[in-house]
Amino acid sequence: MTAPATPAVRPRGPAGPGRTQARIRQAVFYLPAVIVFVGGIVLWEVVVTALGLRQFVLPRPSAIVTALIDNWSGGRFPGLGVSALNTLIESLGGLLIGTIVGVAVAFATARFATARGVLLPIAVAANAVPIVAFAPLFNNWFGLLNPVSKMAMAAVLVFFPITANVTRGLVQVEPASVELMRSYAASEWTILRKVRIPNALPYFFTALKVATTLALIGAIIAEYFGGQNRVLGRVIVESASALRFDVTWAAILLAAITGIVFYLVIVVLERLFIPWHSSLRTD
Amino acid sequence: MSTMIDSQPVVRLQGVDKTFQRGNQPETVALEDISLEIRRGEFVSLIGPSGCGKSTLLRIIGDLVPPTRGDVIVNGKPAARARQDRDYGMVFQAPVLFDWRTVEDNVKLPLEVQGVDRVRRTGRAREMLELVELQEFLRHYPYQLSGGMQQRVAIARALAGEPAILLMDEPFGALDEMTRERMNSEVLRIWEQTGTTIVFVTHSIPEAVFLSSRVVVMSARPGRIRKVIDVDLARPRNEDTRETRRYFELVTEVREALRARRGDPTGQAIEDELAISAERTLAEGSIG
Repeated sequence: MTAPATPAVRPRGPAGPGRTQARIRQAVFYLPAVIVFVGGIVLWEVVVTALGLRQFVLPRPSAIVTALIDNWSGGRFPGLGVSALNTLIESLGGLLIGTIVGVAVAFATARFATARGVLLPIAVAANAVPIVAFAPLFNNWFGLLNPVSKMAMAAVLVFFPITANVTRGLVQVEPASVELMRSYAASEWTILRKVRIPNALPYFFTALKVATTLALIGAIIAEYFGGQNRVLGRVIVESASALRFDVTWAAILLAAITGIVFYLVIVVLERLFIPWHSSLRTD
Repeated sequence: MSTMIDSQPVVRLQGVDKTFQRGNQPETVALEDISLEIRRGEFVSLIGPSGCGKSTLLRIIGDLVPPTRGDVIVNGKPAARARQDRDYGMVFQAPVLFDWRTVEDNVKLPLEVQGVDRVRRTGRAREMLELVELQEFLRHYPYQLSGGMQQRVAIARALAGEPAILLMDEPFGALDEMTRERMNSEVLRIWEQTGTTIVFVTHSIPEAVFLSSRVVVMSARPGRIRKVIDVDLARPRNEDTRETRRYFELVTEVREALRARRGDPTGQAIEDELAISAERTLAEGSIG
């Protein structure tokens, strides 16, 4: 009676030569970035050598790498390896605390209009405060040598983007989706689980990517204001005051690498948890 | 499908009014004195210019919007009770599929809410996808399907919970003419196979005539039922039906019923309004 509708999309076949091609295309896509990066490093090395710049103005990349290797397990300054690990633990702790509190506040604000009225203005106001100025206070409250004082700084920085984004993800749901669920006589709890939370996941991961960097920044800044010595922030401060800028740069390099790895971990988690999201679609 | 006596209407609307009150503005009357009975297994279309409240009426039947006055009885009980009993299947103009669910999991959604067990959920979802001829696509995500296919998934989902009544709100309004005609045949085939009662909101006269057992013609401001037209075209209907004399007569009858308005004998105003409404819905993909 009815002609079967022709499918506009064919079911996907097994992976064939198309996959190798995709790999090549991806490699070509990243090639310019790699060239610019490597070129930049080479240029840096050449210019510093040619101009004969002193190492306290700008050390050569090769000198930075040498300093990184020489100071990895200690010497005049605390070992860079263990320092990076300690800083990472502080920022991870801060990220965890900030994320948990941020998500909790987001759920409260999304669920209760009163909470929204009370908490959001406070959160916005709090975000306008130069939070890093509080670092000495956190040292006082949680103890100078206690890593929690550094975690607190990281957590406060992480809190705002997480709260703001997750709240938006929970609230900005397609009205028709809610209407659909109501036509099934679904409870608010079911709507939360089946619509709002999945809808908020992409917002959450976007916030998390910003938050990793903020957590690292928070931890290092808090370290500047004192505390235990085997952390990147202290190595940076102490090597700089000793005019050993090659070690300072090595510590900064290590902080950057930590930040990038941190970020990539979130990207991998994002791909695992929300492969359906438009930003991650491959076809 | 049910042991209930066929003479009992699935939907009974009695003296339904709906007024909207926004802030300090004077209240607007969306619907006035709507009385209508829909029998089991009927296919009833609601047609009218934008602002006639046809979508609101559909939502009142589905207990998504409360009426200001009047009674809404579905399956012999108040609409609120019917919704709690999961008597409804809804299809909107947009497919409203969840991006994070595969086609199969989208179809399972109402069954999950109802607490149907896993094995029966899977069986039922596959059965419904077969009904809409999308069984090959169950592991696809919505974005991998065309608009027409997405709407078929939405229909499969609406039918998964075996609703007593299927409420469709301009379901093919956002599709191109050719896809729309194919979907019309599809929906008729599904209706004939399942015996579900369907209430169908549209602003397309040919669509209403082709599909329905009865066409309810509404007027705007305030929204009233102007005329109910029995469509006595033979079944099963197919593409040839669209070329019969009776089909054209009925299309004309519906058009004239839409036009008839005091002080506007040509009915041009309504004709224009219908065209504008159709364009706007296409452009915005919104609810009329």
